[in-house]
Amino acid sequence: MSRKLLVGYLVAAAILAVSPFMMDAYELDVLNSVGLYALLALSLNLILGDAGLFNMGHAAFYAVGAYTAAILNTRFEIPILWALPICGLAAALFAALVARPVIHLRGDYLLIVTIGMGEIVRIALVNDVFGLTGGANGIFGIARPEIFGHRVKTPVDFFVLIWGAVAVTVFLFHRLEQSRFGRALNYLREDPVAAEGSGVNTARYKLVAFALGAGWAGMAGAIYAGKMRTISPESFNFWESVVLFLIVILGGAGSIPGVLLGSFLVVALPEMFRGFATARMLVFGLVMMVMMVVRREGLLPIRTVRFRTKDVKRAEAAPKDVKGAEVAR
Amino acid sequence: MSTILEVRNATKHFGGLTAVSDVSFDVPEGSIVGLIGPNGAGKTTTFNLITGNYKADLGTIRFQGKELVGMRTHKIVQLGIARTFQNIRLFQQLTAVENVLAGRHCRTKGGLLGAMLRTPGARREEEAAVERAISELAFVNLGDRSLELAKNLAYGQQRRLEIARALATDPKLVILDEPAGGMNEQETDDLVELIWKIQERGVTVLLIEHDMSLVMRVCEQIVVLEYGERIAAGSPSEVQNDPKVIEAYLGTEEV
Repeated sequence: MSRKLLVGYLVAAAILAVSPFMMDAYELDVLNSVGLYALLALSLNLILGDAGLFNMGHAAFYAVGAYTAAILNTRFEIPILWALPICGLAAALFAALVARPVIHLRGDYLLIVTIGMGEIVRIALVNDVFGLTGGANGIFGIARPEIFGHRVKTPVDFFVLIWGAVAVTVFLFHRLEQSRFGRALNYLREDPVAAEGSGVNTARYKLVAFALGAGWAGMAGAIYAGKMRTISPESFNFWESVVLFLIVILGGAGSIPGVLLGSFLVVALPEMFRGFATARMLVFGLVMMVMMVVRREGLLPIRTVRFRTKDVKRAEAAPKDVKGAEVAR
Repeated sequence: MSTILEVRNATKHFGGLTAVSDVSFDVPEGSIVGLIGPNGAGKTTTFNLITGNYKADLGTIRFQGKELVGMRTHKIVQLGIARTFQNIRLFQQLTAVENVLAGRHCRTKGGLLGAMLRTPGARREEEAAVERAISELAFVNLGDRSLELAKNLAYGQQRRLEIARALATDPKLVILDEPAGGMNEQETDDLVELIWKIQERGVTVLLIEHDMSLVMRVCEQIVVLEYGERIAAGSPSEVQNDPKVIEAYLGTEEV
C-alpha cells in the first residue's frame, strides 16, 4: 500500500472516529447505511472489479445472508453475531451452486443471468419458500446483536460494529489484493485466455471470486438483519443490486478506496440533499451520466499493484539467475 | 534423444473446414523444432490443439507419454507446456512483473487464508515468486522494466515479456507462436540468442515463424504444413530442397 493511501485511510478513520460526537442520531444512521453499503460494495468489488464478472444480482447473496441470520435467530435463538460465519457460508454455498452452470458466460450474458437470479431469489422469498421466510411481510422480532454481553442497540453502537467490520474488510481485502489469489482475479479480468494459458485455473477462480464476494455480502446481510430487526423481500430488490453495481463502477472498479468513496457518494449524498426533494434524484442521475462520459475509470481509480514493492526491490537488489544462483553485478 | 511431444494423426474441423488434417510429428527432447507453412496452413490451430485451447477431433497428442487431448489448458501448463500467442496476449494494464508472476501461479499454492493472514509460509512463497519473476525478466533482458505497465512496452519487449511469462511456469516445452512477428532485424537477432539461451536451460522449443532466416538459423528440425496437412519434415537443408515445399511457397513453374 502506498504511503498516500495509508494517510488517506488514517484521515478518513480519524474523521469517522469523531463523527459519533458531532452527529445526531439521524446523521449517524445515514453513516451506518453508508458502512453497510460499503461492506456490500467491497464484496461486489471482488467479483465485478477484481475478477471482472458482471454480477447484477448481488442483493440475492445479501438476502441469503440476512434471511439465514433471521431464521437462525428467530427459530433457534442463535445470536446474530454467532450466526455470522454460518450466514457467510450459506451465501457462499448458494452462490457457488447457482454460479456453477453459468460462470463460463461472459460480460453481458452473465449480467442478464445474474439479474434473473436476483429476481428469482426475491420472488422465492415473497412466496415463503419452505415456509421459513415469512412471505411478503418477511421476518420480524430479530434479536439485537450482542458483543461480550453488551447489547448493540443505539446508532453509536451500530456505528462501531458496522465501521469496525468495514475496517476489517478493507484490511483483509488489501492483503488479498496483493497475493497470488488477488493477482489471479486480475489476470482473469484482463484476459481469461492468457490467464488459462499461463496456468491459472480460470473456471475455479471465477467460482471462488463469486463465492467469496457472496459470502461477504451474506455476512453484511446478517449485520443488516441485526440492525433492522425486521427484514422483508423488498429490502433486497433489483434496485439494491443496481446501486451496488453503480457504487463499484462509479467509485472505480477494482479500487478499494474508490469503492469506499463511491458508497459515501451514492448513499449519503442523496440523503444530504433531501431538502431539494425530487430534484436531487435528477441531479444524481445527471452526475452518473456525466461521470460515465468524462471519467469512465471511476472517481478514485487507484490501482494498487498486486505484489509488495518491497519484495521487488529486494529481488532487484540481489539479482539471481533463473536457476536461483546469485548473479554478480 | 527421447521424444518429448508426439503428435499423431491430429485432426480438427471447424464446420466444413478442415483446419488440421491428419498431422503427425515428433519433437525430440531438448531440440528446437520449427513449424512453418503459408498463411492458413493450420500452424496456430496445431499449437492450439497441443495447448488444449482446442480439442482435437481425431488423433492423439502425447507429452512425455501423457495424453493431452481433452485436458484443460491450465493442466497442460502444469504438466510443463507453456506458450506465447501470435497476437501478443499480455495483461496490458498490469506491470511487467505481475505479468511474469502469472506464470508462477501454477507452481505456487498460496490460498485465501494464507493471503489474508499473511502467514510466514505465504510470505516466503510470495518473496520467492517475485524473486523468480525478476530473474525471468532479467533473462529476457527486461530487467530494468519490471514496474512498467505491459502496454507501455515496445512491441519487441512485449514479445519478450510473453516469453518470460511462459518461462516462469517452469516449462519443459515452450511453444512460441511467431515470436519474431513485427520485429526488426536487430530484435530478431536478439531473439535468436534468446531462443538458444532457452535451449541451454534444457527447455525444448517448438515455434511457428514466417521469418525464414530465423527458422533456418535456429531450428534443428522443421515440419511444413500446407492446407492443414503435413507436406514435409526434416532438417532445414532437407526441407529447403524439398520440391513440395518449394511449390507451396513459390508455386509451380510454368512449362
